[in-house]
Amino acid sequence: MADKELDARGLNCPLPILRTKKMLNELTGGQTLRVVATDPGAVKDFQAFAKQTGNELVESAEANGEYTFVLKKKA
Amino acid sequence: MSEAKKLAIIATKGTLDWAYPPFILASTAAALGYDVQVFFTFYGLQLLRKKLDLKVSPLGNPGMPMKMPFGPKWFKGINWNIPNLVQSLVPGYEALATTLMKQTVKNNGVASIPDLRELCREAEVKFIACQMTVELFGFEHSDFIDGLEFGGAATFFEFAGESDICLFI
Repeated sequence: MADKELDARGLNCPLPILRTKKMLNELTGGQTLRVVATDPGAVKDFQAFAKQTGNELVESAEANGEYTFVLKKKA
Repeated sequence: MSEAKKLAIIATKGTLDWAYPPFILASTAAALGYDVQVFFTFYGLQLLRKKLDLKVSPLGNPGMPMKMPFGPKWFKGINWNIPNLVQSLVPGYEALATTLMKQTVKNNGVASIPDLRELCREAEVKFIACQMTVELFGFEHSDFIDGLEFGGAATFFEFAGESDICLFI
């Protein structure tokens, strides 16, 4: 189980990333955030976000038009 | 000194459609850890007003699809190709196009401009209003949201000269 959950379904670029960033601020290093989104552009965006911010993307999955990402906050 | 990358943007357009790029890029860059400054000049000043009244005009813009944000799928798919002459003569055409665009934005889960602007503020994006154009257009500082800096081209270059990315929008 992730430490926090973010429902970003129905939101479009750049809102899923902005909400994710905001929620990560509430976590401490090593904690995880699970994000569910419906924006197909989010797949590449979350990879790019992880790469640039140093927060690890530990999971990226798609099922029934929903994308799930798990990010681990940088220590 | 901070190690963060820097993004400098010049925002020069004051219509609803062109309000999106500066605010989207600024807020996203801030989320990625950039230090961001946006310099608003000429029509871009409209984006800083307390009372936002941004409109979009399809007139003379052949790149803008005119589609309805409601109704069955076949109806939504129609591109209403209205001649410029008609657009310019019909009263309220611009207001109608603006209403339709705002509805389309909402339907697609895209943020509104007031929301994006607020997200930028929260992320500590720095807004600078061009003092020369403020005076040129007869604006008062009180027409704009609080927390702005007013400056000129030299103020912009102080940050832009150190930036990693610099955009003119």
